[in-house]
Amino acid sequence: MRYLPHTKEDIEAMLKVTGVSSLDDLFDCIPDDLKTKNTVDIPESLSEWELNAHMEDLASANIACKKYKCFLGAGSYDHHIPAIIPYLISRSEFMTAYTPYQPEVSQGTLQGIYEFQTMVTELLGMDVATASHYDCGTALAEAALIALRKNKKANKIAVSSLTHPSHRQIIHTYTSPAGYEIVEIPYTKEGLTDAGALEGMDDIAGIAVQSPNFFGNIEDLNAFKAVAEAKKVLFITSFTESLAFGLLKNPGSFGADLVAGEGQSLGIAKSFGGPGLGLLAGTKKQMRNLPGRLIGKTKDANGDNGFVLTLATREQHIRREKASSNICSNNGLNAMTAAMYLATVGKIGIREIAQQNHDNAVYLKTSLEKVGFKSAFNTPFFNEFVMKVPEGFEQKRNALINDNCTFAGINLEPFYPELKNHYLFCATETLSKDDIDQLAKEVQ
Amino acid sequence: MKEINDLNLPDDVKYTKDHEWAKLSEDIVTIGINDYAQDQLGEIVFVELPEVGDTFSEGDEFGSVESVKAVSEMYIPISGEIVEINESLEDAPELVNESCYDDGWIIKVKPDDVSELDNLMNKAAYLDMLKG
Amino acid sequence: MSQQPGKSGLIFNEPMLWEKSREGRCAISLPKSDVDRVDLDPELTGDAPELPQLSELDVVRHYTRLSQWNFGVDSGMYPLGSCTMKYNPKTNEVQASRQGFASAHPFSGDEFSQGALALMYNLEQYLATITGFHAVTLQPAAGAHGELAGMLMIHAYHAKSGKQRSKIIIPDTAHGTNPASATLCGYESINVKSGEKGILDPETVAAVMDEDTAGIMVTNPNTLGLFESNIRQIADIVHAKGGLVYGDGANMNAIMGVVKPGEIGIDVLHLNLHKTFSTPHGGGGPGSGPVAVVKALEPFLPVPRVVKDLNSYKFVTDCPDTIGRLHTFYGHFGVMIKAYAYILSMGAKGLKDVSTLAVLNANYIKESLKGTLNLPYDLPCMHECVFNDEFQKKDHITTMDMAKRLLDYGFHPPTVYFPLVVEGAFMVEPTETESKEDIDQFINAVKAIVKEAGDDPEKLKKAPLLTKVTRLDEVTAARKPCLRG
Repeated sequence: MRYLPHTKEDIEAMLKVTGVSSLDDLFDCIPDDLKTKNTVDIPESLSEWELNAHMEDLASANIACKKYKCFLGAGSYDHHIPAIIPYLISRSEFMTAYTPYQPEVSQGTLQGIYEFQTMVTELLGMDVATASHYDCGTALAEAALIALRKNKKANKIAVSSLTHPSHRQIIHTYTSPAGYEIVEIPYTKEGLTDAGALEGMDDIAGIAVQSPNFFGNIEDLNAFKAVAEAKKVLFITSFTESLAFGLLKNPGSFGADLVAGEGQSLGIAKSFGGPGLGLLAGTKKQMRNLPGRLIGKTKDANGDNGFVLTLATREQHIRREKASSNICSNNGLNAMTAAMYLATVGKIGIREIAQQNHDNAVYLKTSLEKVGFKSAFNTPFFNEFVMKVPEGFEQKRNALINDNCTFAGINLEPFYPELKNHYLFCATETLSKDDIDQLAKEVQ
Repeated sequence: MKEINDLNLPDDVKYTKDHEWAKLSEDIVTIGINDYAQDQLGEIVFVELPEVGDTFSEGDEFGSVESVKAVSEMYIPISGEIVEINESLEDAPELVNESCYDDGWIIKVKPDDVSELDNLMNKAAYLDMLKG
Repeated sequence: MSQQPGKSGLIFNEPMLWEKSREGRCAISLPKSDVDRVDLDPELTGDAPELPQLSELDVVRHYTRLSQWNFGVDSGMYPLGSCTMKYNPKTNEVQASRQGFASAHPFSGDEFSQGALALMYNLEQYLATITGFHAVTLQPAAGAHGELAGMLMIHAYHAKSGKQRSKIIIPDTAHGTNPASATLCGYESINVKSGEKGILDPETVAAVMDEDTAGIMVTNPNTLGLFESNIRQIADIVHAKGGLVYGDGANMNAIMGVVKPGEIGIDVLHLNLHKTFSTPHGGGGPGSGPVAVVKALEPFLPVPRVVKDLNSYKFVTDCPDTIGRLHTFYGHFGVMIKAYAYILSMGAKGLKDVSTLAVLNANYIKESLKGTLNLPYDLPCMHECVFNDEFQKKDHITTMDMAKRLLDYGFHPPTVYFPLVVEGAFMVEPTETESKEDIDQFINAVKAIVKEAGDDPEKLKKAPLLTKVTRLDEVTAARKPCLRG
């Protein structure tokens, strides 16, 4: 096997040094009755060329072909990825390094993630951003836990019903064993979270609202901040489309205490939902409550600038059962990818791409309205929106996938049973006017 | 690290088994960590303080001191209410290393029952404990 | 002695991205917009974020220079104990970037995602047969996330049986993630000491195991690199009181094809695809932490689950006893592809060879260095061995000094100061992909450093001398945190 370098002579020489007579005897320290008598049932090894053929068979059994047109969002977005991003991130010094525990030989990762933290704080208008989390859902669950742990009197967290359904489920999974509860904030007929419903909610430790919300609509975060302040609880915001903040006001400007987000849009392939990139940011006051790694700037013994992992006493390897979280591995390489993407698009690019997302989405909505689709909510959105579809759409949609590799919208009924025949549509900068016109024609 | 005989252990404070010190003055007890504790921890980078007005019972954890790679909890030797915290530690935690009995004090407590201090050790008893 | 790999060379300085920024530059090819511009209500929009403005070459040079300050497995030997820094095959990267995988949207629908589902289903089957368990979930995003999944299942199992328990037993050799994961489930960690021979004694467990204890978390082989040979007796003790045995499979690289944890009394086990199954660590992640369980725990697995229906595959969520969802979609699919490609490339025999050679390499290092460095537990080891700095104390040289000096010789240091049960631990895990020549070079480097410790201790105190930066001031970094530019 090409990954195993040992020659017969090497093995003999090494066994001699160890004083063990055969390779099997290396396992003498394991009692015989604990060794398996059963085989490992895996196909015989494949050559690289056989593997290529097999993997291409599997990959092409997924409908994501060359003429792929994606009108799907809901937490995973189709954006252009410049060639330099996969090229640079494939450098093995980034890819095959471990967590930067030896800073003298990890300055590349460390400066890169420090720059990532900096650009995320700029994008979100926050003071501190962590070195990444698994995805938005898990980052949001950690944010909820921060609020719940800090508030000794309350054991509930208020979460908007227009927070991504998976995220709400993850919060539940993370918080329920410790006896915490989620209270869902209902939504209005405008497709927005009902701030008024918070009035009667007591014993809550925090308020979590996603904006743009799961329907794509832009929430009035000022209203929630006001309630959070009145109730003296933490205000948490989340988002699934980070490019929205190329155009929209950032969460920091609304006074968010904690922000959880998904960074997949920043140069990371959809890859069937993962690995994405969990973003987690907070105000300075929350710095020591944040879970996960943080990178800080310092000096070396010669007085030169350098970077290190810092504030590690929050983490599991030091504080063990009292740690702020159990997280160890994060999504570091995807954080580096996102940093590369943000550096590549820059101030000019992010604004223009965000604007194009919005323009294409508005054009898509208008085009669909012209062919009999009905807007579900007349509320400002970024690049996603909900439409009530005409009869027969489902069949046309499936035919479009099979015939044209075009995915038109996501059925909302499984997530919101009251929304029969409602679909969530998304348009990004990867779609052209022709693509949208074509879709409108096909679903007419 | 210091030898036991080199430790600075003043006679006018009382000691706990967890290496805090306490000193009564005009009905208020000032509490910090002693020379042995700061020396063992090494360079202190952060002190987690309670809030003024918090109340604790004897033996409760009231905060922690951190070095780069260790955290040590602090336990209150006397029941009572926090009347003052050493806010200068927020920007200068190194005061605990430099002056653990003076500028590096940690909290001031209005005790419920001053006699609880009688349970603490004097210098000689504390030294015996360290020498084990 | 052959020449050591470490050598000084030209290293480039590189400023922060924003220091290179010049108004008006942009490194992306902007798509041409062919629809009307529609302005959002100005109440909703903000200023464009102040991101750096750079040309494409600015970006390329920036990250190329940064990368040159890093050390990876592809640069040299990376014997980081407990982390299994083996070679990351390049074909795996090619497989994961195939368009059908990389472009697949998670809400494409089962019917249109059969390739991805088949891969996930088969990978679950392979991991089940490797570990000897009944069922597997691939959803956890990392090892610690897998631990959390496993502990949540134990928690749900006790809840279902009608009486929740409050404690969990954790040996002193455990990774810090173990107690942290247990805390998330509301369990109090009961720490127990390993015995004189570095492994757990059944009596120690029997003394604390009771009917309010949910179970035990065991890493096997443990973090001293020793096989917990009493695992069956320990499992019997825990099971007799109604508890469950959690296995931390971080060290699975030592026992593939030799021991199936599901056959020796363990009830739930997490794996690290980024350790045992060769996917790259990426400077901290993303990893993937599948969890394997016995039949009794299957109902509690997270949703969605992948099931096979005749010849097609689908996700199911209708599992009443599930612990729920742990990831927004299905976990780190991109990482699963790489592990799947690795398993198919190795085959069953190849995986057993992996473990055999990993154990050979570790024992070879242990025997070769045991007179040079102190070996607190002089026993046959598995895939890693733990030394310490006891012999160097007379020269006032610490494990950290030796680790830093190894950098100058061109090696990544071993894991240091872990496990906590060994003072000044120096924990070496060579992995199976290192050749005898490279290992010999490493052994020679350690011997040369130990000699330097006696001859020229000051040199070690200042090490590393050839790296871009010298030792960094971690105290100031923590006292006055500067976390953004």
